[in-house]
Amino acid sequence: MAYVVTDNCRGCRYTECVTVCPVECFHVDEKMTYIDPENCIDCGGCVPVCPVGAIEPDYRLAADKKFWIDVNRKRAAETPILAARLPPLPGADARRQELGR
Amino acid sequence: MTESVSDRAAGGFRIAVIGSGPSGFYVTEALLRSGTPLAVDMFERLPVPYGLVRFGVAPDHPKLKLVTAAFDRIATTPGFRFIGGVAVGRDVSIDELRETYDAVVLATGADVSRSLDVPGEDLPGSHHAGDFVAWYNGHPDYRDCHFDLGCEAATVIGHGNVALDVARILAKTADELRRTDIAAHALEVLAESRIREIHVVGRGRPPQAKFSAKELRDFLDLETCDTTIDSRDVVPDDFVPDNPLDPELAEKLALLGTLSQQTLTKPRRCSFRFGLSPVAIKGRSRMEAIVFEQQKSKAIEELDCGLCFRSIGRQTIPLAGVPYDNLRGVHANIEGRVADGSSVIAGLYVCGWSKRGPSGTIGTNRGCGMATAEAVLADLPARRGRRSGDPDALLARLRQRVARIVSYRDWVAIDAAEKRRGAPLGKPREKFVSVADMLAATDA
Repeated sequence: MAYVVTDNCRGCRYTECVTVCPVECFHVDEKMTYIDPENCIDCGGCVPVCPVGAIEPDYRLAADKKFWIDVNRKRAAETPILAARLPPLPGADARRQELGR
Repeated sequence: MTESVSDRAAGGFRIAVIGSGPSGFYVTEALLRSGTPLAVDMFERLPVPYGLVRFGVAPDHPKLKLVTAAFDRIATTPGFRFIGGVAVGRDVSIDELRETYDAVVLATGADVSRSLDVPGEDLPGSHHAGDFVAWYNGHPDYRDCHFDLGCEAATVIGHGNVALDVARILAKTADELRRTDIAAHALEVLAESRIREIHVVGRGRPPQAKFSAKELRDFLDLETCDTTIDSRDVVPDDFVPDNPLDPELAEKLALLGTLSQQTLTKPRRCSFRFGLSPVAIKGRSRMEAIVFEQQKSKAIEELDCGLCFRSIGRQTIPLAGVPYDNLRGVHANIEGRVADGSSVIAGLYVCGWSKRGPSGTIGTNRGCGMATAEAVLADLPARRGRRSGDPDALLARLRQRVARIVSYRDWVAIDAAEKRRGAPLGKPREKFVSVADMLAATDA
């Protein structure tokens, strides 16, 4: 198994996950972060720190979110590792409220 | 001393990190990546690094142990030096370190198990869960511990992840553990275990259980052990999460709900009990039963068992020269700066479990280490020129005081030797369980 970043990250990209990842397996593009499933050690530390609940273990994803497993694998291979936190995207707090978080 | 240390140390700050577990490595990483010219000496009491990743993480959770690759990368950063086999408080005092370094960061973890404070707690057969964990993980200080698994029933008190580790190791067969890095002495004893019934008892209701859903899932597919919930302890509402936005809680309660419906077919049984507070441990020459009070009804219930593991938390071992926070069981600190009351002790810091208590996952300590590193870096300019001692002179003195100082290169040799020992057995490694054997492997 591995943990997976899903749609709630888009437009927020708080990157709290990056600080607590013990193995630096988060990658990033201009929209969101992705977890490299080959390097994730399943510690689960990123799940509770995400302000918008975007991260889930792969087995817990709803059927209509399973495609994020492949998206994370593919995009992690194409994007750079994020070593330290970034400022959230503009409008992140508004989006967070919209998500009811 | 390697060239890189001298390069980085020349004119730069010198920092001592005490402890080589996750928080020690992560504060080191943040310091060495900061861009400030500095070098870090990491002190470790044992000849081997990684702290609880080696001696705490369960042997059947190998994926979590892959985090050591990150520690090894940090250890190759220029400016890093491992000083193993030196115990702070025994071989060198905090005061001597403070005179020698611009900053000293304590990352000493939480090595003492908390007591239940009930009568009979110290009867033979009643143990700290942490001692059992250190024993099956081959910690040299615990290899001579004795656990008598000749009884039929064992009880684990506590509903955290350590409690679940202990219950699961007891519930597994020797064959389920044989290809892990479990210590050989533990595998031998576990193979002869007669335990058929394991109670995992906590004070709270299911929603209050601190263990994670992931740890609980491991109980779904044990080869010879069924897991169940005692129906007397729960009502259907216990499995309904009050916060629908918390998928972790929802999964945990759904799993517990599933377990409460299990049909029992396997020879061993692990039963989760809720709402019970221990009031006494009973027995004549050794423990025979635990007396619990039911939280709701205040009724008294006795659980017959010959073995008990108390898993109700841990605290930091106090160090001479470091103020202690008795309430929280950590080195007294204000956001990572060690403090005596409200007055900060200059140049002395803390991170990880010895800063905030035993909680979170391995990665929580990365954020924690970064925060402490920020405090260190902010204070460093004002520390310049304050220290009177020299780290290399200290190292020379230490060589007179201890039999052998272990470098990271020595650890790499120990690591390789353990892997070679494990290979013919199909184990990722066969750990050395005595300091003498570890040291012998450095000379190989």
